[in-house]
Amino acid sequence: MTPPAVRLTAISKRFGAVQANDAVDLTVAAGAIHGIIGENGAGKSTLVSILSGHYTADSGEIALFGKPVKLATSADAIALGIGMVHQHFMLVPNFTVLENLMLGLAKAPFLAESRADVRERLARIEEDYGLSVDPDMVVERLPVGLQQRVEIIKALIGGGRILILDEPTGVLTPDETDRLFESLKVLKSKGVTILLITHKLREIMAITDTVSVMRRGRMVAHTATADTDRASLAELMVGRSVELVTNTRSRAAGEVALAVRDLSAEDETGKGRLHAISFDLRAGEIVGVAGVAGNGQSELLAVLAGLTPPSGGSFAFAGRTVSAAAPADPHLMRRLGLAHVPEDRRREGLVMAFQMLENAVLGYLRFARGARRWLLEKRRMRERCDGLMRRFDVRPPDPRLRAAGFSGGNQQKLVLAREHGAAPTVLLVGQPTRGVDIGAIEFIHRELLALRDKGCAILLVSVELDEILALSDRVMAMNAGRIVGILDAADADRQSVGLMMAGVDRAANSDRAAMGRAGMGHAGMGHAAGDER
Amino acid sequence: MHEVIVDIAQILASTLRLSTPLILCAMAGLFSERAGVVDIGLEGKLLMGAFAAAAVASLTGSPWLGLLAGILAGMAMALVHAFACITHRGDQIVSGVAINILASGLTVVMGIAIFSQGGQSPPLSREERFLPITLPFADALRGVPILGPIYADLISGQNLLVYVALLSVPLAVVVLFATSFGLRLRAVGEAPEAVDSAGYSVAWLRYRAVLIAGLLCGMGGAYLSIAHGGGFVREMSAGKGYIALAALIFGKWRPVPTLFACLLFGVLESSASRLSGVSLPLVGAIPVDVVLLAPYVLTVVLLAGFFGRAIPPRALSVPYVKDR
Repeated sequence: MTPPAVRLTAISKRFGAVQANDAVDLTVAAGAIHGIIGENGAGKSTLVSILSGHYTADSGEIALFGKPVKLATSADAIALGIGMVHQHFMLVPNFTVLENLMLGLAKAPFLAESRADVRERLARIEEDYGLSVDPDMVVERLPVGLQQRVEIIKALIGGGRILILDEPTGVLTPDETDRLFESLKVLKSKGVTILLITHKLREIMAITDTVSVMRRGRMVAHTATADTDRASLAELMVGRSVELVTNTRSRAAGEVALAVRDLSAEDETGKGRLHAISFDLRAGEIVGVAGVAGNGQSELLAVLAGLTPPSGGSFAFAGRTVSAAAPADPHLMRRLGLAHVPEDRRREGLVMAFQMLENAVLGYLRFARGARRWLLEKRRMRERCDGLMRRFDVRPPDPRLRAAGFSGGNQQKLVLAREHGAAPTVLLVGQPTRGVDIGAIEFIHRELLALRDKGCAILLVSVELDEILALSDRVMAMNAGRIVGILDAADADRQSVGLMMAGVDRAANSDRAAMGRAGMGHAGMGHAAGDER
Repeated sequence: MHEVIVDIAQILASTLRLSTPLILCAMAGLFSERAGVVDIGLEGKLLMGAFAAAAVASLTGSPWLGLLAGILAGMAMALVHAFACITHRGDQIVSGVAINILASGLTVVMGIAIFSQGGQSPPLSREERFLPITLPFADALRGVPILGPIYADLISGQNLLVYVALLSVPLAVVVLFATSFGLRLRAVGEAPEAVDSAGYSVAWLRYRAVLIAGLLCGMGGAYLSIAHGGGFVREMSAGKGYIALAALIFGKWRPVPTLFACLLFGVLESSASRLSGVSLPLVGAIPVDVVLLAPYVLTVVLLAGFFGRAIPPRALSVPYVKDR
């Protein structure tokens, strides 16, 4: 029997007070696709960073194809045939594909000598694995799926036999994900060993042969994928049984709370980011905005929250119309009853160096003021924060701790609690569960649904399609700053929404059919207007 | 006609001489900043180089040892900058400013300690300096129309370091754009994590870039004190390091446009002295200060976006921290 491609024995790694990896064992058979699954912070990324030479383990042993090895630097790992595809691409955006490949491969002093050699290797990669890309394209002009292919080529072109992919599908459309998986199957058939790191159960079930589960720095299970299922993997990841939150709608949507008409926005360089967006958001409904990151969802949130002014069109909210001529600001929007849970809680949602009691009144200083109008009252702030923490189960429940001292899930719960606590009529939510553990995800989802049931209108932006599908009453897909279509929850499934995210308007028919239904009229028209441009 | 050509050739020659320290410093800044390390300490390195070159030339009598000392002094200051900014991930602006202040004080203190002449070096004799090199047939060809004066007054008759400065530009082009070292150096200024994951040391690449900058600045300093000038005078760098930085931004961090920016600033400086006292119709006498102000004004105008955006290397001023 051939020795395993990778054998890790008792790997431990500590960062300060955090034991990221605790005596982790892992065996991956040569030529297999092996999945490592776990929640954010479970230690998956640390483990593969050790395997790729980025970090050095505090203790433990590594053997490749039966031979013990020392991996002190990335160069060691590359020399031994380990190629890593990082979650955030390790590419120089304004270099060409060829230049990016030469970064690691050019050994001769002058580039001219290496250029022909690298082109030849690239041709061989295309022949062997069917991975093709134009070597003279500048990387930043390539679509994300192709940039990732460049990363994979980079990992293989130096003779890599073990390919590690860290959360490779986070930035891909469902269609691009399918194509990635096809490529991985081809690589497997050519004998490449693949480690797939993910937190998405569906991907593990779809493509892996064997799977390991990590929880809090420890390896808790190894199994053949065929012998397990999603529910038991989820339970292993979390350490207890998980109830999946589902959207059961109690009543129909009410009045229009936020009416968006032909809304456009530009970035600071004058490039159009939103093009003629029109839709209605009604009281008591959740509209989910589906899209691959960077297709205008962030800009939509920023404009609606009053952070950036629109360049054209308008939106009406609480009797006020906001447009380029009459811009708003976040303070005004909050006073009118529009709350915002920003996408990046660490930069926009909280001041990490502030105590939680201070963070709990950011944007809502009225809750901190007492009889003396111009002073903030610590006691009020503490009481307010205490109440929010208890209500949203923020741990540890200590208002005097700095925001930076809380886990991602608890930080997010406090941001949501703060916005929730102002009893908004409209809530904008960006990436509510990014970097949040499953327990907190459950809690946050439940709270969003409860808020909706109380009549709040919620606009939910998320790159997690599963989250959109689980919570939304209507799903709006965005591509390149436009609305591709809006579907009722009943008509929205992974495939139809995935196609719309890619910009394919398969939904046109069902969209038209849905026009007659409540809340769809303007959305449909807005969509049509968007197409005429 | 011949007179005009001679005049122009002489103005251009003076431009070239005044641009030389700018070119060397700007190429220094180019290497450093293309690797992602801000170099506001060009001024300090230039001044240190000038002092060390003059001091050693004066003490040993050899301009070559002086040049070597200037280079070493520039590189020593660069090493301090690298240690603070690369090894200890300090703030690059703060470190650069510290170097400028250090050089400003240290040169005077050492000058007084060594020469006791109020911070100056003794005037250097001809043997202790780099003198203008007369190229073959310069005098014979002087009379030839147009080309004669250009050859005799502009191309010939410059000192060694002027030619070195001019050569440093094509050399920078070749190193940065045609070698694998240059490819990685530029990559480290754009996306250091890409270089790190390819198995190359970000720190070592940046160290080398910063040291090259020190070397070029040291040469620039030596030019000021033992080639163009005849000894060290306190604060003799007189803001040239900052102007070079402005030229680098003006040239959008590319070698050839940066060269032209240096020459433009040089021509402003050389015309400033010729324009002083000249009175133009309507305007009246031109204050020299206005002409000397031009490089800074042009840089501000450029940064405000009037000549298209100057896009700096993406990782400029960001210390590299290995992170998940």
